[in-house]
Amino acid sequence: MYLIPSLIMFGCGVYGFITRKNMIAILISLELMLNSVDINFVVFNRYLFPAQHEGMFFTLFAIAIAAAETAVAIAIIINVYRLAKNVDINQITKMKF
Amino acid sequence: MESLGNVIIYVIIALTIIVFSVLAVTTKKILRSATYLLFVLLATAAIYFQMDYEFLGATQIAVYAGGIVVLFVFAIMLTHKPGEDAAPLTSHKRILGLVACGAGVLLCGVALFGYAKFCSQSLPSMSDFTIDRLGEMLLSTDKFGYLLPFEAVSVLLLACIIGGVVIARKR
Amino acid sequence: MPLSSTIYVLAIPFFMFLFLGLVGVKMPRKITGVIGVLGMAVTTVWAYAIAFTYFFGNGEGQMLDGVRQQIVTTDWTWLSFYADKLVVRLGVLLDPISAMMLVVISTVSFMVHLYSLGYMSDHDGNPEKGFQRYYADLALFTFSMLGLVVSTNIFQMFIFFEMVGVSSYLLIGFYYGQQPANHASKKAFIVTRLADLFFLIGILILSFYTETFDFKEIMGANGHDVCNAFTSAQGLTFMGCSVTGWALTFIFIGGAGKSAMYPLHIWLPDAMEGPTPVSALIHAATMVVAGVFLVARLFPLYVLEQGAMDIICVVGAFTAFYAAAVACTQSDIKRALAFSTISQIAFMMTSLAVSSASGELIGGHEAGLGYMASMFHLFTHAMFKALLFLCAGAIIHAVHSNENSKMHGLHKYMPITSIAFLIGCLAIAGIPPFAGFFSKDEILVACYEKGIGWGLWMSMVAGMTAFYMFRIYYLIFFWKKHEVHGEHAPKDQPWTMTVPLIVLALISCVAGLVPFGKLVTWDGNQLETHLNLPVACASVGIALIGIGLATVMYWKENPLPDKLATMFKGLWTASYRRFYMDELYQFITHKIIFQGISKPIAWFDRTIIDGFFNLLGNVTNTASFGIRKMQSGNVQGYVSYYIIGAVLLAAVTGVVILCF
Repeated sequence: MYLIPSLIMFGCGVYGFITRKNMIAILISLELMLNSVDINFVVFNRYLFPAQHEGMFFTLFAIAIAAAETAVAIAIIINVYRLAKNVDINQITKMKF
Repeated sequence: MESLGNVIIYVIIALTIIVFSVLAVTTKKILRSATYLLFVLLATAAIYFQMDYEFLGATQIAVYAGGIVVLFVFAIMLTHKPGEDAAPLTSHKRILGLVACGAGVLLCGVALFGYAKFCSQSLPSMSDFTIDRLGEMLLSTDKFGYLLPFEAVSVLLLACIIGGVVIARKR
Repeated sequence: MPLSSTIYVLAIPFFMFLFLGLVGVKMPRKITGVIGVLGMAVTTVWAYAIAFTYFFGNGEGQMLDGVRQQIVTTDWTWLSFYADKLVVRLGVLLDPISAMMLVVISTVSFMVHLYSLGYMSDHDGNPEKGFQRYYADLALFTFSMLGLVVSTNIFQMFIFFEMVGVSSYLLIGFYYGQQPANHASKKAFIVTRLADLFFLIGILILSFYTETFDFKEIMGANGHDVCNAFTSAQGLTFMGCSVTGWALTFIFIGGAGKSAMYPLHIWLPDAMEGPTPVSALIHAATMVVAGVFLVARLFPLYVLEQGAMDIICVVGAFTAFYAAAVACTQSDIKRALAFSTISQIAFMMTSLAVSSASGELIGGHEAGLGYMASMFHLFTHAMFKALLFLCAGAIIHAVHSNENSKMHGLHKYMPITSIAFLIGCLAIAGIPPFAGFFSKDEILVACYEKGIGWGLWMSMVAGMTAFYMFRIYYLIFFWKKHEVHGEHAPKDQPWTMTVPLIVLALISCVAGLVPFGKLVTWDGNQLETHLNLPVACASVGIALIGIGLATVMYWKENPLPDKLATMFKGLWTASYRRFYMDELYQFITHKIIFQGISKPIAWFDRTIIDGFFNLLGNVTNTASFGIRKMQSGNVQGYVSYYIIGAVLLAAVTGVVILCF
């Protein structure tokens, strides 16, 4: 049951990730996807294996890691903004090839 | 679904998630987007509470809603002039996004409704999972003990703190 | 001098090689030469002491019932495989022939070392470039050759066989700046290597059946007791011949390559591009007899394989004649001497091959005579041929040319060289009492015992030998008055070059009196030799006829040789062109092997194999350039590709799961 909103949340994340230009908006989409995956872990764990808690712990660590990742990503974005004076993903293509 | 109350709560949660997810990725104002994300995260925490994982829900609210969203807001403040709108989308990107998202959702939906019949069954009971036990498991080295990942995450967080400072620092 | 110290005879040249090769470059050239000579002097004295102890000492186990024993003085296990089933040893084996070879090698090598001090310098006595390298290579060669003769097993022998080949290559190509020297060294190396391939095959066959490399284990003590594995393997046949016959024939081919037997002789005349002392040491006295030594070493086996012996006999007799015929017309004195060397080595080979083993008396002579005669001739030939080459070197050093047309009438200018050369010529022609007479007489006796045809044939070749040697002699020292080319008239060379000539001339005079039959026989038994008067008289007569003919034709300038050359124009040209052997080889290698085999292989390699790998590289390269555009730096693009890919993968997986 809870998988349906989770699925839609993931789809929104994918859509946002591809269409958004602002790097912070992309990061927000990323958080959405991450969150939906977390929900999946918990739901599967809770419904299929109620005696064990691996999914729950997985989610716990995922949240911690997501926080770390977001912090680093935002640090990078701020640095990029300082260098390029904007946060448009289409302008930051220097690292190609 | 055993009770009407649960159904109502489920509907509220599901609607919140769906509506605010869509809004978060479609709104033009970036600060609003962050706010809608906050609502989605809170609804997710509500799911966790529904699943009897109170600690997880609390973590979700504290870390996500309390930490990450605030971080987003600061970042937006730092990188945007007030009142600035997101630039309009190009049509081919929108189509690409819709195709990718639609295909993914379709495929997962098919799999979900084809196989995951357990979704409709009632929540199985979960005995004996208190916050004490959770703490013990988190810090034990036995089977089902999570000390090693716990320590690994702590090191990761330390690295992130240092990395974040180094990267964002003015040179 | 205890026999166990034989190893030091090898060690000294080896350390001289290392020392001169590594440190010598930093030292003044003259000093390296002196060190080389002194080191070689010590080696020579030591080798003499060893040989004296071996032949005349009466230490423990040297003589048993009047039979001189083989003695293994050093024995190391070098490699051991398969639980000691396959063992390669290195050691020192003393027996009559190896003791004799120690004397020969060290004597000639010492003389050459001394001589080279003068030869490798200009007329003011300044050593030329590469002097240190020259002495280091000489030491390496001496070491390898000594190691070859004292080998305890056939594998060690092969190793040293290759090492003498390498040092010969280095020394022939000593003047590596000159194209002919480069070609000659490559030619020598490739031809002998081809022969060594057969040698190796022969070794493999032989040791496969006998299950050992060791001479003593194969042939028993003193060669009396050939092991059962060999005799039983004689029963096995392959393509009509016994496997041991094949093995021994292959081994002989290896020896024939080193000893320049027809048709593998082509490298030796070209090897004369090296410095003349090197020709004297390597290509006249020592290395080229390695093949003879190899056959002599395995003589107890060859005796049992009459087929292989017949092949050697025919090849030897033919080569002797062929080389003598070519030597009659060569104008380059070193080439002429080289063909003379080939002819004489063929004498030794033939002599070995006509020998039989049993101790019975045939016509008043013991049957092992051929073997003894061969070794005797090896000994005397090394001395007088080294003498002849060193004389030739002195002449070349004086007139700066190899062609006898640039010489003529040198007797007045270089009397010592002239007399030494004359002694060498008399010795090789077989005039008593010089060395060659005795050894050649024994060889002829052995041949006559084998059959009257062999004897007549070899006598004829002996007569030709006398003729061509005196032809060379007269053309160099007489014929007409010398025309001085260049600034100064030729004269006898400095003492470093003259002393070796005198010493070797003296040895050539007296070497024939060594009681060889008492000392060197194949089984250690003593052999009574006495002059076979009819044969001796006949051979001396033939030699005198040859000399007389040469005197008539070449003593004074006269038109007779030219007339004869015009009369037998075809024959003369063929002989001068060495019967077109080089052209034949050229044709076979260039037209047949290169065109027919190598070119297609090269084409296959360049087009198919290289092409395939180039194709791989090009495809990768082109493909990368093609798909480089996808790497746009646009993260969202990457994500779209990723998601589409993931979805497709999932869809395919789902379809597969549903369908099967």
